[in-house]
Amino acid sequence: MTVLLKLENVTKRFGGLTAVNKFSTEIHAGELCALIGPNGSGKTTIFNVITGIYTPTEGHVLLGGDNISGKRPDLITAKGIARTFQNIRLFKGLNVLENVIVGKHLRLHSDPLSAVLHLPTYQDEEKEMRQQGLVLLESLGLDHFAYDEPTSLPYGQQRKLEIARALATDPRLLLLDEPAAGMSPTDAEELMKFILHILDHFDLTIFLIEHQMRVVMGICPRIIVIDHGEMIAEGSPEVIQNDQHVIEAYLGVSDHA
Amino acid sequence: MKNISRNQILTLVFLPVFIGLLILAQAFLNPYYQRILNLCAIYSIFAVTFNLVFGYTGQFSLGHAGFAAIGAYISALLTLSPEQKAMNFFLKPILPVLENLQLPFFPTLIISGLGAALVGALIAWPALRLRGDYLAIATLGFSEIIRVLLVNMQSVTNGALGLKGIPGHTNLLWSWGWLIVCLFVVKRLVDSSYGRAMKAVRDDEVAAEALGVGLFKHKMMAFLVSSFFVGVAGGLLANLISTIDPKVFQFFLAYQIVGITVMGGMGSLTGSVIAACLYTIFLEALRPIESQFTIGSLTIPGIPGMRMVLFSIILLLVILFYRKGLMGNKEFSWDGLIKIFTKRKKKQVGSTGGTQP
Repeated sequence: MTVLLKLENVTKRFGGLTAVNKFSTEIHAGELCALIGPNGSGKTTIFNVITGIYTPTEGHVLLGGDNISGKRPDLITAKGIARTFQNIRLFKGLNVLENVIVGKHLRLHSDPLSAVLHLPTYQDEEKEMRQQGLVLLESLGLDHFAYDEPTSLPYGQQRKLEIARALATDPRLLLLDEPAAGMSPTDAEELMKFILHILDHFDLTIFLIEHQMRVVMGICPRIIVIDHGEMIAEGSPEVIQNDQHVIEAYLGVSDHA
Repeated sequence: MKNISRNQILTLVFLPVFIGLLILAQAFLNPYYQRILNLCAIYSIFAVTFNLVFGYTGQFSLGHAGFAAIGAYISALLTLSPEQKAMNFFLKPILPVLENLQLPFFPTLIISGLGAALVGALIAWPALRLRGDYLAIATLGFSEIIRVLLVNMQSVTNGALGLKGIPGHTNLLWSWGWLIVCLFVVKRLVDSSYGRAMKAVRDDEVAAEALGVGLFKHKMMAFLVSSFFVGVAGGLLANLISTIDPKVFQFFLAYQIVGITVMGGMGSLTGSVIAACLYTIFLEALRPIESQFTIGSLTIPGIPGMRMVLFSIILLLVILFYRKGLMGNKEFSWDGLIKIFTKRKKKQVGSTGGTQP
């Protein structure tokens, strides 16, 4: 399997606090990998380093061999990494379809002048974007909301819309930051099925953060566990479940061990 | 698109009618009313461009007064005749380069706009890295710097004395013509993919950037288009009031523009135009309250500035009770207008489709 994303000794410090410490891993093309860990263990910081929101203090992030550490977030997205956020960040002033096609903007070739003048090249591109947006919404079962305001959608659908919006950028790697946060167990399970559906239907790799171990156990073949910014375990769900470090990180150290 | 909507047809029909009306107004309306209508158009350009930067892109910039000043001074210096310049600059001679420079009005306005946009680009370069209040403070500071420069660069601007005897080329066709061009460009821009990206930046910068929208690029685009038209409007203003000095472009102008835009509705160009016209007309209509008047046996002395007190009160009321402004984020459209008349439903202006030209 080819390595899509490679983290080499990534360290991120905020003043005296080391949020992520010498974190190294590889994500292979086409896989579904989960990153889990207790609250404040540095999961989101790792995502922020990968997507360029933070520059790593030390170490490198490589996407398909290119060093992308410290690049601007929008340029990293253009290179093929898309993400969602832990707290929903939809554009409230745009409708559902527009939210999605904002993600297509980075592939637009027409310059602002031809957009203002409605030149045929721009008109065609705009039409194409809307078409692709609708097809995407349809494939994810969100098409009947296309012209609604995003805030009017049920919570679970808003989460899906965030994912749809990220998919609109045609990513090679999709990063999902706690996609099931705030969901009931049944809704979380449905969302995980939704994620598997995406993995089947789109040619991409998914790396997701989850806080609850239970949610990812069933669907992710490989799980990485971090605590206090350091990787403490990596492997299949069975390996993780029986790992002493993981049990300690989640449940605390037992006295009579 | 090949099929033209009813909206577009009506706009195309309306446009020549409107221009015809302007020509008639220019020929027959008394100069005082003409002046008010000219001011309506100029303030509309200010409000529409402020809306582009704040209402659509979310950048709270208070630099409008500075850009308007640049446009106004460029237009004044390029349209004043050499004789007038000689009369104006009696304290300190004018820079030799400018002495005999005189251009027709159209290129003058273009240069006014480009000058303002160039300065806009220079200050936006560092300032657009700031967010929210900090950007407001930085741009306010910029406006003040421009004003101080105008006072002190005597050989170019004639300092605090200002420039007098500017020809007054501005007429209704110029001012409303530029407003139509400005509306066309801004409307088309905010409805395009670039406009969607700007709105995304306004709603959530982090998410927009994660979706591949270059923050700086889109903020800069809004800023440049805005400062260009503000420069042109400043040029129109100088050639309307024919006497300019640095005091015309104080902070106060920027606040007025913010007030007008908020009253009209953030994210509604129609609202900006309506509010700008109402504001200009009311300001004139309320002139009497600044002079002495008597109610029964009570004589109230004339208080200069009363109009602004009233304006502030109206603005407060709008913000308190009509938070989204007159139009919210809705736009005028013919379809919406027809709907009102056919359905006889009040206040149901269509939010879809094109707007004024």
